[in-house]
Amino acid sequence: MGKESEHASVRLDRRSVLSAAVFSLMGAICAAIGAPSVVYLLSPYTKGRNREWLDGGDIGDLAQDRPRAVSFFGERMDGWNRQREKMTAWVVKGPGGAVAAFQPSCTHLGCAFHWAAAQHEFICPCHGSRFGADGAVLHGPAPRPLDRYEVRVEGSRLWLRIPGPREADPS
Amino acid sequence: MRAVTRWLEERTGAGAAVRNFLREEIPGSAGWPQAFGSVALFLFLTQAFTGVLLTLNYAPAPTEAYNSLQFIMREVAGGRLIRGLHHWGASMMVVVVVLHMIQVFLYGAYKRPREVTWMVGVVLLLITLGFGLTGYLLPWDNRAYWGTVVTAQIAAQTPVLGRYLQRLMGVETGVGAVALIRFHTLHTIILPGLALLMVTTHLLLIRKHGITPSAVERRPARTFHPEQAFKDAVAVFAAFVVLFVLAAAVKAPLERPADPTDSAYVPRPEWYFLFLFQALKAFTGPLEPLGSVLLPAAAVGLLFAVPFVDRSRMQRVAERTAAMAAVALATLAWASLTAAAVLTTPTPGGAPAGRRPNTSWRESAPEQLAGLGYFHRARCSSCHNLAAGPPRPGPNLAGLASARPAEVLIAHFQQPGAAGNGDFLRPTGLAPDQLETLAAFVQGLTSETAAALSEAPPEITAGAQIFVANGCGGCHKVNGSGGTLGPSLNGVGGRRSRDWIAQRLRDPRLQSPGTVMPAFGFSAHDRDLLISYLLSLPKE
Repeated sequence: MGKESEHASVRLDRRSVLSAAVFSLMGAICAAIGAPSVVYLLSPYTKGRNREWLDGGDIGDLAQDRPRAVSFFGERMDGWNRQREKMTAWVVKGPGGAVAAFQPSCTHLGCAFHWAAAQHEFICPCHGSRFGADGAVLHGPAPRPLDRYEVRVEGSRLWLRIPGPREADPS
Repeated sequence: MRAVTRWLEERTGAGAAVRNFLREEIPGSAGWPQAFGSVALFLFLTQAFTGVLLTLNYAPAPTEAYNSLQFIMREVAGGRLIRGLHHWGASMMVVVVVLHMIQVFLYGAYKRPREVTWMVGVVLLLITLGFGLTGYLLPWDNRAYWGTVVTAQIAAQTPVLGRYLQRLMGVETGVGAVALIRFHTLHTIILPGLALLMVTTHLLLIRKHGITPSAVERRPARTFHPEQAFKDAVAVFAAFVVLFVLAAAVKAPLERPADPTDSAYVPRPEWYFLFLFQALKAFTGPLEPLGSVLLPAAAVGLLFAVPFVDRSRMQRVAERTAAMAAVALATLAWASLTAAAVLTTPTPGGAPAGRRPNTSWRESAPEQLAGLGYFHRARCSSCHNLAAGPPRPGPNLAGLASARPAEVLIAHFQQPGAAGNGDFLRPTGLAPDQLETLAAFVQGLTSETAAALSEAPPEITAGAQIFVANGCGGCHKVNGSGGTLGPSLNGVGGRRSRDWIAQRLRDPRLQSPGTVMPAFGFSAHDRDLLISYLLSLPKE
């Protein structure tokens, strides 16, 4: 009886060792394929942005505090294609003559806003966010002021650039 | 937790099903040889998984396919590895399926009552080869294109059905958009569905009849778990290690984009089809359909018929000399045909063996090489031949375009319909200075320059583009033209190392304080391409 139970426990051990081996081998395979797959699926696939200065045209006749939608062309990597596409900026000449250019989508959920001259506000048609001519939020739900382009003015010619990922980002 | 498990078990019976599976009774003689089936199943699942991942970044259209694959290989993290797993997994799949088949054949496991299991297995072999054939086209490089051109011609030789097969494959008017999308659909929807159905049937039949016992069973029957499960797991793991090492260490090939005008390209099928390819050479003229279609079909028919041809009683493996002789003979025939095909395969670079590759492009002006690169990048070759070649929609360019002013050419590049034809084409998307380089290239094209450039590698044309775009020729002479402010760059490979040139480009003042050469902030990739180009320049 005692001998038999000893025999059984040895067999049980062999069984669990083999089981553990099967599980570890399968686990190792799943990890070795799974880890690169997660990286494959979740890593950013567009390296860098277009940081060239783009020609926004002549703004010599831009009146102070009267925002104007300016169209220009920029290049963007869309997956494996380099796309030349039309872009828009709302260009405003501030009180001191300084020029700002706002990106054309609302900081709430990305709808295209427009300038309502009568109210002297940018109004987003989706959820009613309102912004001042300086881009500041006048009324929610927009969480932050309008996003800007970097601008440079040479004479009366406007140059625009898409800002880096984070202004404070050392890279 | 236990309550949840019990609840699930009551409603699904999953636990009982798994236990039932693990406790399947197998003959005492079963062991390592019976593991091939599990390895094949594992490889099938791996192919399905990596295939789905690749599909997420792949566009099955002639204008996009190659670029999207390059995107997978270069931009997507882990993309090279995933494609490597899929590429090498395909080859391993064929190897393992055939080994599995040989094992089953030698053990006589196709005999009554397992005839249908065997025949479903033959269908699975054909599906595996079908996956290989359709997947071969998807990268849309020269290898894929030309290999499929040959496949399409062979399909067309099928007696009576040829024309309809061609239409079904979408190759009626050549290998193009229709063929690519159909091969892709076959590869990613139809064949996987069929394979899933057949694999399930195969497994259910194996469950129904059990593992084939030996003619003489010395050891008592036992359960699948744990011994056989362990052996299967070890075999699967070993196969996985081989696959992973191949995928990580050996880059899956991606040649230059499909170029229907490349008359120097010698198509070769994937290695497991080489024997067919070689056998085909023995049949010429009216006999060709015999070798290309009828004999392979007869061989497949014979495979299906195996259980009915051999109706003898079960014997031990060692006594099955006829079966062994058949396997040995088939292996020998396959190996010698494959070896013969490999030995007659031209060296890489497209030049037939015994002929030196055409390196006259080394003497070409950088502007010509750069222009050739833009010619390929803008896929001008989908409508135009550089010189003589198979008929294309647009005119051959050699000697023709020199009569047209650059403005007309550039207008055509920007709006292909402007020249009268090709309204359906997309603009080339090249920048103004690149358009000028391309126009100058087309204007200066003669059949001699086209011939000289025919084998210029893509990294060289890319390097020449960087050379031209950065105006290096303003100071440096190359192949007889260029400025004299800096030294001539011909033969620089004999004077300087790759690292030295890289340093020189990054910061010339480190090596020569006071030099007028400016520093160039190239990306590592661009710098490598430029240096490869420079190192290719011949000595004067």
